[in-house]
Amino acid sequence: MKKMLERSNKLALLVVLLLAAMPLSAATIHEEKSKYRDITVTQVGDRRCLLFNVHRGDRNQTCMLVNDKLRLVFDYTRMSFAGLLLNAEPKRILVIGLGGGSIPMALSDRYPQAVIDVVEVDEAVVRVAKEFFYFQETPNMQVFVDDGRPFIKRAGIRGQSYDFIVLDAFSGDYIPEHMLTREFLEEVKLIMTPESVLVANTFSTSRLYDHESVTYQHVFGEFYNFKLPSTGNRIIIAQLEPLPPRSELMSVARALADSLDKYGVPLLQYPRRLSTAVDWDGSRRLLTDQYSPGNLLQGN
Amino acid sequence: MTKPKPHALPRFVIAAMAFVSGTSIMTIEMLGARILSPYFGGSLSVWGSIITVFMVALSVGYLVGGRLSTRTPNAATYATFFIAAAVCSLPIILLADAIMEPIFLAIMDPRYGSLIASVLLFFIPTAILGMISPYSVRLMVQSFEHSGHMAGLLFFVSTLGSAVGTLGTSFYFVLWWEVNEILWGAVVALLMAACSILVINHLAQGQTLKQSTRYEKNA
Repeated sequence: MKKMLERSNKLALLVVLLLAAMPLSAATIHEEKSKYRDITVTQVGDRRCLLFNVHRGDRNQTCMLVNDKLRLVFDYTRMSFAGLLLNAEPKRILVIGLGGGSIPMALSDRYPQAVIDVVEVDEAVVRVAKEFFYFQETPNMQVFVDDGRPFIKRAGIRGQSYDFIVLDAFSGDYIPEHMLTREFLEEVKLIMTPESVLVANTFSTSRLYDHESVTYQHVFGEFYNFKLPSTGNRIIIAQLEPLPPRSELMSVARALADSLDKYGVPLLQYPRRLSTAVDWDGSRRLLTDQYSPGNLLQGN
Repeated sequence: MTKPKPHALPRFVIAAMAFVSGTSIMTIEMLGARILSPYFGGSLSVWGSIITVFMVALSVGYLVGGRLSTRTPNAATYATFFIAAAVCSLPIILLADAIMEPIFLAIMDPRYGSLIASVLLFFIPTAILGMISPYSVRLMVQSFEHSGHMAGLLFFVSTLGSAVGTLGTSFYFVLWWEVNEILWGAVVALLMAACSILVINHLAQGQTLKQSTRYEKNA
């Protein structure tokens, strides 16, 4: 299954490369080197994309349709909204990792009353999101240029909590290893309430998948594992309380689906995709602050 | 009866010790980011703090070590550097959280937080490790003509040791062991180096004493 996923990824990459080589190739509208990475903004037709480290062949990107800004282009960004099945009306949202800003923008549009805090370590990404991806801070939505881990640790010390937390910091070429560990997840737990849901956008391939699954299970117990054949990402959905029965998710999906239509999120298809099956090697070592070689594990 | 020399360490032994110290320095430095990241994040400025503190500590160590080498350089002092560096590295293993937590709470800016934490955790052991290089040069040098040659040899092995510590830690050690296990490894390596210095010096000095008394008898 993993092999197949990898193959489909490779196929997708090939298609992307072929498309890029065609005469109607992507026009680069902005390039800059930030402290952390090379940032490239390209546009084909009305599709504008943010790419990191394009020269190194990373296919990590986030795209926006400039004529339909709120519509989410990729499955993995849409998948984050599956977390709403566990908390349909979030009031305090935390998003770690801004990227092109599509997730916070859609959330802010859907939940205008909710307070949304976005944490992004790279100020250049914030600038590019504002300049090229129509991202705007609002009285309710603020961006903090900070590392996710100290931000969450401080929030916990202050006794702040969030009821919808999106960890989207792992889609770069370099994995922030300090945000994969048991201790980090314990700190995340401190800013969660029984109503809170944690949505982590991570990897479905490589040895890291096993280590990471073992770690999440250790901290949260059973969690929903959400994968789609179209993407190499997997979404972990966890909460403090035991997971609700799937029938409950379906009724939430029915109630919520229409309102997510404009973002392109096919919420009705999601409940049956959420799995609690242990499809990883449970004997893998727990990731801790003492042992977290995420980048080495991903390369293997 | 000839007075025993302050040390009878063979050159290759001194070179090996400098190698161990170079390896330890970079092993600890490479783990620095891992140690600080739970409190100060993994941003570029955290690396900046660590490298700055190591550079300043080493430069102070070079200065002090060079100064100390002018007063009868001997094996016991040399071994003491290794023991002191090992002992002063222990807070990194045992007190890291206790040291970083109050800094994290008191200082909002992760740049200065990580800088101060780096100073408290790494400055002293690194400065002591820095003393080893000039002192080693002094122990190896027997004549003015050779001094540059010996300094070059010493820089060669200790920097090579640093390269091994850097690569070993970042490529393999973190994959095989926990951070503290690796740090304990460095501490044990430094203590073993100190023991080796004392034992080898003792044996070699006995050897030279025997030889010199034999010469005296023969004469």
